[in-house]
Amino acid sequence: MQGKGRAVCVGADIDTDLVIAGRYLRTKDRSIWIAHVFEDLDPSLASRLNGAVIVAGKNFGCGSSREQAAIAIREAGVVAVVAPSFARIFFRNAINIGLPLIECTITCNEGSPVTFDLTEGWVEAEGKKYSTRPLSAKMREILAAGGLVNYWRTHG
Amino acid sequence: MGTLSERILNGSTGEYVDCCVDRAYVHDGTGVLTLEAWKNMGGRGIQDAAHLYVLFDHIVPANNSTTATLQHELREFACSSFLQFSDIGGGICHQLMSEGIVLPDEIVVGADSHTCTLGAFGAFATGVGATDMAAIWKTGETWFRVPESIGIHLSGTLTGSAEAKDLALTYVSRLGMDGASYQSLEFVGEGAAAIPIDGRLTLCNLAVETGAKAGMFYADDITVQYLATAGHTVQAQEPEPCTYIREIDFDLPDIVPVIAVPPRVDTVKPVSDLAGLHVDQVFVGTCTNGRYSDLARFARVVKGRKVAVRTIVVPASRAVLEKAIRNGVLMDLVEAGCSIGTPGCGPCLGAHMGVLGEGEVCLSTANRNFRNRMGVGGEIYLSSVATAAASALEGEITEPGVS
Ligand code: SF4
Repeated sequence: MQGKGRAVCVGADIDTDLVIAGRYLRTKDRSIWIAHVFEDLDPSLASRLNGAVIVAGKNFGCGSSREQAAIAIREAGVVAVVAPSFARIFFRNAINIGLPLIECTITCNEGSPVTFDLTEGWVEAEGKKYSTRPLSAKMREILAAGGLVNYWRTHG
Repeated sequence: MGTLSERILNGSTGEYVDCCVDRAYVHDGTGVLTLEAWKNMGGRGIQDAAHLYVLFDHIVPANNSTTATLQHELREFACSSFLQFSDIGGGICHQLMSEGIVLPDEIVVGADSHTCTLGAFGAFATGVGATDMAAIWKTGETWFRVPESIGIHLSGTLTGSAEAKDLALTYVSRLGMDGASYQSLEFVGEGAAAIPIDGRLTLCNLAVETGAKAGMFYADDITVQYLATAGHTVQAQEPEPCTYIREIDFDLPDIVPVIAVPPRVDTVKPVSDLAGLHVDQVFVGTCTNGRYSDLARFARVVKGRKVAVRTIVVPASRAVLEKAIRNGVLMDLVEAGCSIGTPGCGPCLGAHMGVLGEGEVCLSTANRNFRNRMGVGGEIYLSSVATAAASALEGEITEPGVS
C-alpha cells in the first residue's frame, strides 16, 4: 500500500479533544466533524488537510476513545498520519476506519512531499528514507480491506 | 505463571491473541457510532446479548433534539435487541459495571477510554472505539496484543488528607502521558492490598492517562467481600512470579495532596504551590471521584457551612444518589449551596450543564484537563475530593485540612 501527500506538522501529545471537541460529537453528520477538525488546536488547519500527510510528535491521539477523531481526519482528506508513537485506542480506531498510521520519527517540513509504502515499511521525506515499524498481520489485513466494516462485510 | 494480563488473556507478552469478550459496553456517545458500524457490517447477528450493555451517561438528559433523536434510536435498538440497558439517571457506565457486574478474571471491553477503571477487580478491562465494538457485537470476540506490564509497588498507607486520587495523579506525573503506552499497570504490594475498592477504581481509572491499556489490582479478600455483598462468590487471585518491564515504588505515607495543572494531566504540583488561585467553579463527580465515599467526604467538610463558588455535585450512579439521600449526605450538600446533577458524566466532557466560560477556572475531581474540554477558553485543575471541598469553601485553591 503506497501513498503520498503534503506534510502538515503538528506537535506532541495531541489529544482527541483537540482533534474534535466534545461539543461536536452528537451527530452522525460527518460534514460537521470535517468543518471543526483540529479547531481548538489551530482553526486554519482544517483547510490544509485535503491531500495531507500529518506529521505529528509522540503520543498522537491520546485521551478519549471517540472514533470521530480518526473519522474526521480521514474525511478531511488526510492520506496518512506519521508519528513516533500513537495512543493505542486511536491506533486501533484509525486502522479500523481505514486511515493509515505510520510509526516513525521524521523531520517535518510544512508543505513538502511525504511518500510511504506500508507493505515495504518505509516513509520518505526531504529526500530521506526512513524504515517504519511494521503493522501486525491482522492490522494490515483490516487496512487492506478498507477498514473493519468492510472486512466483516466480506468475512461475516 | 505470568502477569495478570498474561494469565487473563492466556498468552505471553507481545503475542497477539483472539479472545472471547465476557462483557462489552457502550454509552450514549459511542453507542451511536457502534450501531451505525454494526449496521454497515451487514447488521446481522448479536452475540450473547446478555453480556452486551448500553448505558446512557454522557449527555443525560438529552440537551437538544439532535442528541435526543440519536438517543431514541439507540434506546429502541438496545431494548428491541434485548441488550442490557440503563437509561438516563442510571449512572456512568464504568460505575454501573463496578456495582457488582464485573468479576475477577473477566475480559471486559468498553467503548470508552476509562474502561480501564474495572481492572480494580482483577479483570482485564480496556477501551476500544465504536467499530471494534461493532465487531464484538457481531462476533463476541476481539483481538489484543498481550501488553507488557509495569509493576507499581505500594507500601504503607495514605496519611493525613492524601487520597487515592493524589496517588493517582502522582503516578501519572511520574510516568508521563505516554509513559505506559500499550502497557498494563499492575498495582501490587501490601500497600495495594490495604486500599479499598473505591480507591482502586480511582487508581485504575487514571491508567489510560499514562497511555496504558489497563490498570489492574489482584482480586483479594477486599474484592471477594465487596462482590459478596452483590451476591457473587468469587476466588481471590494469587500473585505468581512474573516479569515486569519496569518497576516503580511508592511509599504511601509520602503522598501529599496534589493538583494537575492544565492542560496536561501529568503536570502535577503540591496543592500548597497553587494555594490562593481563584476558582470559578468546583465540580465533584465523574467515573474518577463520584462515588458515595467521595460525596460523603465532601459533605463532611462543607456540612453546616456555605460554598463560596458555584459547586456542582454529580453522583456517579443512582445507587450512589440513593445512598446519599438515605444517609443525609445529599441534604448536607444542598444546604451548603451545592447544585446536584442527574447521575452521569455531568460537565466532565463539556457537552452540557456546567460548561465553562472564556477565562473561567474549574477545580474538578475528574481525570482530564485537556484544553477547552469543559468549554472554550476554560481551564481545568484536577484534584482530590478533600482539596475540592476545602477550595469550594474558600473560592480559591486551598490545602485540605486533615479530617
Ligand atoms: S465521567 Fe468523564 S471521563 Fe468518566 S466516562 Fe464520563 S465523560 Fe468519560
